[in-house]
Amino acid sequence: MTRNITCVTCPMGCSIKVEMTESGEITSISGNTCPRGEKYAKDEITHPLRSLATTVRVEGGIYNVVPCKSAGPLPKEKIFDCMQAVNAAAVNAPVTLGDVLIENICGTGVNIVATNHCPAK
Amino acid sequence: MLNYDIVIIGGGPAGMAAALKAKECGVDSILILERAETLGGILEQCIHTGFGLQYFGEELSGPEYASRFIDLVNKEKIEYKTDTMALEITDSNVVYAVNKKDGLLEIQAKAVILAMGCRERPRGALNIPGTRASGIMSAGTAQKYVNIDGYMPGKKVVILGSGDIGLIMARRMTLEGAKVECVCELMPYSSGLTRNIVQCLDDFGIPLYLSTTVIDIHGKDRVTGVTIASVDENRRPIPGTERLIECDTLLLSVGLIPENELTRAVGIGLDRVTNGAVVDEYRETDHEGVFACGNVLHVHDLVDFVTLESQTAGEGAARYVLGKKQKSDQVTTKGVGTVRYIVPQKINLNNEGDVKLFFRVGNTFKNATVKVKYNGNELISRKRPRLAPGEMESVLITKKMLDTFEKDGVIEISVEV
Repeated sequence: MTRNITCVTCPMGCSIKVEMTESGEITSISGNTCPRGEKYAKDEITHPLRSLATTVRVEGGIYNVVPCKSAGPLPKEKIFDCMQAVNAAAVNAPVTLGDVLIENICGTGVNIVATNHCPAK
Repeated sequence: MLNYDIVIIGGGPAGMAAALKAKECGVDSILILERAETLGGILEQCIHTGFGLQYFGEELSGPEYASRFIDLVNKEKIEYKTDTMALEITDSNVVYAVNKKDGLLEIQAKAVILAMGCRERPRGALNIPGTRASGIMSAGTAQKYVNIDGYMPGKKVVILGSGDIGLIMARRMTLEGAKVECVCELMPYSSGLTRNIVQCLDDFGIPLYLSTTVIDIHGKDRVTGVTIASVDENRRPIPGTERLIECDTLLLSVGLIPENELTRAVGIGLDRVTNGAVVDEYRETDHEGVFACGNVLHVHDLVDFVTLESQTAGEGAARYVLGKKQKSDQVTTKGVGTVRYIVPQKINLNNEGDVKLFFRVGNTFKNATVKVKYNGNELISRKRPRLAPGEMESVLITKKMLDTFEKDGVIEISVEV
């Protein structure tokens, strides 16, 4: 099994080829031009992570929504579950930048925090 | 008439960084004029992360990056007026502006800093044929609808243009439940960052069609679909490659235009490539006491560079107000071949330090050499593993080099493969 991965560690954007056995064990990594690329490719295969930035609905604020982000990276496969949980939530104004809006989103251990202020109406 | 030492037009990242630097350099009488309800500019709607890696060494969202500067502006007690539209700058640096509270403002400035940013190229500038159904908007407009106003402008989306805003919106619309059918890019390459192509398109299986454009828009009241086609090397649609894609929304991410109406009206010289003012090393325009920085000067890919450039302009304006800056004989800079433009376009020979030249290339290169020549003689030759149109490059002209230059000399930057 072969997977092609574009490294995003730096702007070079190396195309990395990862060879794996049927059981998903990595047998070779090629195409990277530095060790960071190898680590990136390994992580992408074994446990890809993404940070999430979205908005949460606000009740009684001057805006309808306040922007938020995951305080740390989330497992990539949980991104849509997390989106659903965030979209089901609502918070009361005022919201201050840095406020924890949702604790331990989808059991990931990561909090969703506000990335802007939303004063009350 | 009001009097200020420095009036800054625009309270986005450029205006705020310029104001803070000018204050640090010893100017207390500063006024920022901002058109929107709050300071922060376009960063307020750029809720994705990736800002500040260069400047703060942290990955921040747009509002977080902006809020660090808003907090500093408040802490330094720099005056600003929001909901205020600048209308005109006169020959003698009087700024006219208007808002609901003060009515018409007439402000005499010693120095003016232009920090108005840029706006998106609209459909009209592309001449896409087809109907004028609703559902056609710029990617930035959609970004405001989703991220600030909190509603979705469509369900089935085609995006024309693969610049970073288009890519970011492909992901954002997908996360909020829309189906992004494809991103079409007229050029044979994307001008977006590789990181964004991977994390905004590849992650969600959104196809990127290169050398492809939208040639027709269908729908009477609402968009029902677009016809896309491949283009040849002259960017002309190839007959027989047309394809109908059903969608209810077309987002345009087809370039940014510096907002230089005020600049043009007062007669400041513009660079035909950047669409921004021609400036010297402190970002002073050819109109004495008027400086420009940020996206109104040239479109940047990273806000971090906007901040740094605006600090230079803020320092320049402060030096001008405090009587420390004097124009002298100058040399000019010139991009050759693939080097599309260089900022600054002029350097004063009496400048006291090194000068960084920023430039952009017109094509993608691997293992190329950047050459800097002065009047034909090589000054710098530097290997670069990768050059791309979406990534601003720079070279340093040292004070030592500058001391050997003479009036009207020309610094040329070129790329050799």
